[in-house]
Amino acid sequence: MNKIKFILLGFIFGIILIKAEVISWFRIQEMFRFQAFQMYGIIGSAVVVGMISVWLIKRNKTKTISGEEIKIEGKPFNKGTVYGGILFGMGWAMTGACPGPLYAMVGSGVTVILVVLLSAVLGTYVYGLLKDKLPH
Amino acid sequence: MNLLTQPWPWYVSGPLIGLMVPALLILGNKPFGISSSLKHICASCIPTQVKFFNYNWKAESWSLLFVLGVAMGGLVAGYFFQNPNPIRISEHTVSDLSALGVKNFSGFLPEDLFSFKALLTLRGFTLMVVGGFLVGFGTRWANGCTSGHAIMGLSNLQWPSLVATCCFFGAGILTTWFILPLIMRL
Repeated sequence: MNKIKFILLGFIFGIILIKAEVISWFRIQEMFRFQAFQMYGIIGSAVVVGMISVWLIKRNKTKTISGEEIKIEGKPFNKGTVYGGILFGMGWAMTGACPGPLYAMVGSGVTVILVVLLSAVLGTYVYGLLKDKLPH
Repeated sequence: MNLLTQPWPWYVSGPLIGLMVPALLILGNKPFGISSSLKHICASCIPTQVKFFNYNWKAESWSLLFVLGVAMGGLVAGYFFQNPNPIRISEHTVSDLSALGVKNFSGFLPEDLFSFKALLTLRGFTLMVVGGFLVGFGTRWANGCTSGHAIMGLSNLQWPSLVATCCFFGAGILTTWFILPLIMRL
């Protein structure tokens, strides 16, 4: 039961991604061409709601349902933040998908996206092989 | 039922996505983020001596369960709550993409670019395989994607995530404007 909640949360997230149409290559094109507000509205309002939530959790020292203290580990800056960010941005524009939508799309039956997802796994693997040789 | 089959407006779906942040924190003490699941897939499925993948991935299994759920949500929404109408895309985008040679605007993706048949063309291979590779390689190098940096990182006011988000968007915009036209000519 303890782990099923993660499947359930992912399930809800997957439905939202499809109904928000953020999984569409066309929506991502609209966004990068500044031709529709939709994606900016979605990401912007998600960030605002996320910010308020994190602020409230910190202010009220909210505990998890099992009574643990909530810890949020920061992501330190390094050169990879920039270089990797640029490479991901390129891939995002080409595939029209970030990792979340890839899973949702495969699930929704667009089987060819499985190729994109496997290629992303391969990209992650090659990064792991080259990590020590890349600037960080 | 209409509510489920119609697309949801940004002011509904955006805040719901934002609520994934407190939901994961309160229910599981986990930071919202998707791309690390790709690393756990490598660690769990590919036998390797590489240090980067030698860790106890089972301790991170929540992330794999989460993306399994995302795929299941996609399945349910895609099959049962499918929007009966074609996706409404901005006219400007339709005309820009038509000029680049996109013909099919009916699905979530242009079928002329994203299909198994297109995979055998240089253009389709570049968009799907090279593009997918960049998504995996880039997110791991940057240590996060749209969810981990743009949503979770910005929610926690982490400035490196703001840098990452700017890089995602800057590179995405430049790729759309200057590189996509070249790929479309392949």
